[in-house]
Amino acid sequence: MADILVVAEIVDGIVKKPTLAAIAFARDAAKAAGGTFAILAVGAGLDAAAKELSACGASKVLVADDPYTKNYLAERFAPTVAAAAKGFGVVAFPAATSGKDLAPRVAAKLGAGYAPDISGFKAEGGKLSYKRPMYAGNAFGWMQVSTPVEVVSVRPTEFTAAEPTGGASAIEKVAVVQDDPAAGKIEFLSFDVVKSERPELTEAKVIVAGGRSVKEKFMDVLSPLADTLGAAIGASRAACDAGYCPTDLQVGQTGKVVAPTLYLAIGISGAIQHLAGMKGSKTIVAINKDPEAPIFQVSDYGLVADLFAVVPELTAAIKAAKA
Amino acid sequence: MKILVPLKRVADPENANKVKIAAPAGGLAPKIETTGLEWKPNPFDEYALEAALRLTENGTAVKARLGEVIVVTFGPAECDQTLRGALATGADRAIRVDVTDDQLDGDLVARALAKLVDQVKPDLVLMGKQTVDSDSNQVAQLLAAYLGWPQVTFAANIVNEDNKALKIGRVADGGQINVRVQLPAVVNVEDRVVNPKGVTSPPTPATHKYADGVRFAPLPAIMQAKKKPLEVKKLADLGVEAAPKVKYLGYEAPPARKAGVKVKTVAELVDKLKNEAKVL
Repeated sequence: MADILVVAEIVDGIVKKPTLAAIAFARDAAKAAGGTFAILAVGAGLDAAAKELSACGASKVLVADDPYTKNYLAERFAPTVAAAAKGFGVVAFPAATSGKDLAPRVAAKLGAGYAPDISGFKAEGGKLSYKRPMYAGNAFGWMQVSTPVEVVSVRPTEFTAAEPTGGASAIEKVAVVQDDPAAGKIEFLSFDVVKSERPELTEAKVIVAGGRSVKEKFMDVLSPLADTLGAAIGASRAACDAGYCPTDLQVGQTGKVVAPTLYLAIGISGAIQHLAGMKGSKTIVAINKDPEAPIFQVSDYGLVADLFAVVPELTAAIKAAKA
Repeated sequence: MKILVPLKRVADPENANKVKIAAPAGGLAPKIETTGLEWKPNPFDEYALEAALRLTENGTAVKARLGEVIVVTFGPAECDQTLRGALATGADRAIRVDVTDDQLDGDLVARALAKLVDQVKPDLVLMGKQTVDSDSNQVAQLLAAYLGWPQVTFAANIVNEDNKALKIGRVADGGQINVRVQLPAVVNVEDRVVNPKGVTSPPTPATHKYADGVRFAPLPAIMQAKKKPLEVKKLADLGVEAAPKVKYLGYEAPPARKAGVKVKTVAELVDKLKNEAKVL
């Protein structure tokens, strides 16, 4: 077993939460297989991020801080990650926007096999096996990587975010490498941030999600309940396809994979691909007027009722319960 | 513009809950049993094909092709059906690389595609973001790396700038990242790319509104597709050796979620959430 390098996901100098799940994997896997783990931060203006990452119990934090890597592009990040990976046996990425984009490009540069979107692992005799969801979560495969260096991406919802350990890892500057022939062929233009008072779907502790039967006034119907709970709003693919809400709210195998503490599925029938994106949630509540809806098979608490009558009532009751 | 679109057939995703995993107690099943499930093209690959067609036509006169779309798949002879379907939808020609499914992994497909790109010389490789069987999301990035080409993943909208560059909005956590990429490039797509305004390409008037989703092949096109070229190549013709970098040890079924309870009233629900689940 060699050591593990975690590649942090950082946007505008801020460490994205999925990074902490990848760190948790690295910490546990290194312990189980007999090794240590380090963290790599690539970006620009990383002082605060490096300090935050240095409290996570890593052997060291490598920092590639350069205007060249201000905005994420695989072509600009991959050479630096591949160079920093020297000496490590496993390179781990959070399976989030840039991690999923970057990991295979790094794997190709390292001649490494890739285990995508892992949800678990085990170590035997220092060799790691990885568990990963397939067929929209209807099967789990166990796989091993047979190359000297292994690249993995870690499904954030399946590992409990690492907490600061209180220590301070050594911070080591590394140079940004600029040798990808494609880097000159792609240009970052802008990042359109979806402005919302609510938490990001993938980071929310509570999600209120609606299906097609919430209809045109989707946001009006769900917002009061979401506001009361401090929740993010999600949606089924059917609701997005019908144009009732922005498509970036879609939860499911083809949308966002989420695992909040509380997931309220409102007027969602529970198509297989939606379930694949949310069935890791701790507590699931389903409200649907169809008692046969498949969502009731995965929900902890089901209420067969008309959502338009029940959602305002629930909002008021939760307000009262929290008061 | 010449576009290469890799396609994969998958066990019917709408019925994916019917995949069978016969694992011995405490052990793993050697394979995922998909017998009885219909083969269908991977949905994301169909979105890529639709996007490729939109980039190589005038949307108001789709019969006159303004570029070339070549579909390619890796698999046994039965996969010709998947290719004929794509040809009927509008692709211009097809290539099948003859292999059995168990010879393949994503890395091998990417290495073989890189060799095929050397032969076909497309301006763009456009593919689905992931297949709905293995859910890996890796071939586009691996291929781009092997070719030394730029990559854009999770494309939700594509603007063709004079067949030389593409302006692409890619889905990111918390928003959309906009990039401009010079061709040749490798791009993989989200389902959203087949929205009415998912693809903008100059021959198609800006006022034209595409139907939402992928197009379907009219009956005459299905007949005509039988006459379109379909070339079969061997993996060895591409000079690629099957040397998998990963191996699957086996498979297991997901743990069953404990059946929940039905509550009768909102008050009961709130009580359970507060006092039993303790999530309020």
